[in-house]
Amino acid sequence: MIEVEELAVAFGEGDARRQVVKSVSFSVARGETLGIVGESGCGKSTVLRSLAGLDRHWQGRISLAGRPVDKRRTRDQLMLAQMVFQDPYGSIHPRHRIERVLAEPVQAMKKGDGWDRVASALEQVGLPAAFAGRFPHELSGGQRQRVAIARALMLEPEILLLDEPTSALDVSVQAEVLNLLSDLRDERQLTYVLVSHDLAVIAHMCDRVLVMQDGRFVDELTKDDLKAGRTHAQYSKDLFEASFLA
Amino acid sequence: MSTSQALPKPSKPAVFLARLGEGLRGALAKLAREPLGMFGFAVLIILVVVAIFAPWIAPYSPTAQNLSQALQPPSAAHWAGTDEFGRDILSRLIYGARITIQTVLAVSLIVGPVGLVVGIVAGFVGGRTDAILMRITDIVLSFPSLILALAFAAALGAGLETAIVAISLTGWPPIARLARAETLIVRNTDYVAAARLYGASQLRLLFLYIAPMCVPSVVVRLTLNMAGIILTAAALGFLGLGAQPPAPEWGAMISNGRRFMLDNWWVAVMPGIAILMTSLAFNLVGDALRDILDPRHVRS
Repeated sequence: MIEVEELAVAFGEGDARRQVVKSVSFSVARGETLGIVGESGCGKSTVLRSLAGLDRHWQGRISLAGRPVDKRRTRDQLMLAQMVFQDPYGSIHPRHRIERVLAEPVQAMKKGDGWDRVASALEQVGLPAAFAGRFPHELSGGQRQRVAIARALMLEPEILLLDEPTSALDVSVQAEVLNLLSDLRDERQLTYVLVSHDLAVIAHMCDRVLVMQDGRFVDELTKDDLKAGRTHAQYSKDLFEASFLA
Repeated sequence: MSTSQALPKPSKPAVFLARLGEGLRGALAKLAREPLGMFGFAVLIILVVVAIFAPWIAPYSPTAQNLSQALQPPSAAHWAGTDEFGRDILSRLIYGARITIQTVLAVSLIVGPVGLVVGIVAGFVGGRTDAILMRITDIVLSFPSLILALAFAAALGAGLETAIVAISLTGWPPIARLARAETLIVRNTDYVAAARLYGASQLRLLFLYIAPMCVPSVVVRLTLNMAGIILTAAALGFLGLGAQPPAPEWGAMISNGRRFMLDNWWVAVMPGIAILMTSLAFNLVGDALRDILDPRHVRS
């Protein structure tokens, strides 16, 4: 579903040039959930933003659903993958009502006016249809993240890119949102790439995990490895030990 | 499934009106907690009503001369006295409200959209466009506004229209700067990133996502500017470059009254009070609007 070859991302020019992602390659099968873990600043969000099409500084090759995509995406290429952001307080337009938030993707893509799909979209993420008339500030963090997920699904993408989707929520709400994400994945055969530094979240959601350090992948763990606590590199061992101590 | 069916389907205009009413009620409730802002709004409403119904409210004609009644002090017949031609000052002030409102509205309608568009385009597009637009803004900003207005009025000939154009010419740069600053914040937010991902065009981003976030602060700034506009218009009138006699422009009335200042104070003081009250009201309203439109400014 996703093929990435020799993806490299650098910001800045001359002496200030910083190689954030150093030639990484990976692939994700249809219906699979790939986790990327690492410390802050290791480049994991940059990989995700390059996949989504938000960062255009990348080099290498990215193909989504078997088709190579450009740095500047066309509307059709954008429809393949949508993203859920970390902070539900900042990812929804504060002056748009929920119905408008959900109808906008459809209208922006020129696929009709979208209003008739608002109620079913809300229902599908477990929110009452009556929320359509509310503003985002009238919703809780977890409810907002559900709206953000519903918005990402409005265009029926096959790939959902999740950038720490639960780290801004408190623990009980985290579980609800993660369960919603797994249910949606099973229902719609979605492919996820989940970026997080929370190993508990990764272990709960992912079929396969890439451990990232300083712009490179240093380890790859399967679900069984995660359960057994097996690691293949010193860095991932340290990372896991640190997180289980905490 | 039941939730979507239970949702009633009222018509679009009905929903819109209901929400408008709801929003207005919310704004009024906030306003009720601001006695000074309330006072400002009251003064402005009175001013607008007076301006609209001037012919029915004014006790005398604003231009009819009656030399036998010249320079009468305030009395029961002439509440604000009469000027050197025996014209009733109160009636002139009432008709003058029309000129003031007209000037303020015209200038705001030119300055607001121009400043907003220049600012959001500069902030959103960035790069060379930003540099060019902002240097133009800097250049205009460095002109002393009254002097430029004077030069402009002198070049195009005196009159109310010239005064409006001249004031507008120097009024937009602060608005553009403000809109640009807001745009720079908004364009990097996640909701704009999300909109880019679902294919929103540049124009859509600019006018449906960024502009609505800049409008409240621009409106507040415009309202606060209105006091300055009144004063500049009055100054141009005072210098003889605004509305021409016998039009009852407040600044021009002060200018005429200046000659009789020592013996007949009311000729200059009455229009002075009108200018003072109006610009004070605009300032109070601007302050109150900031509290109403911008939830970040919470008064303790």
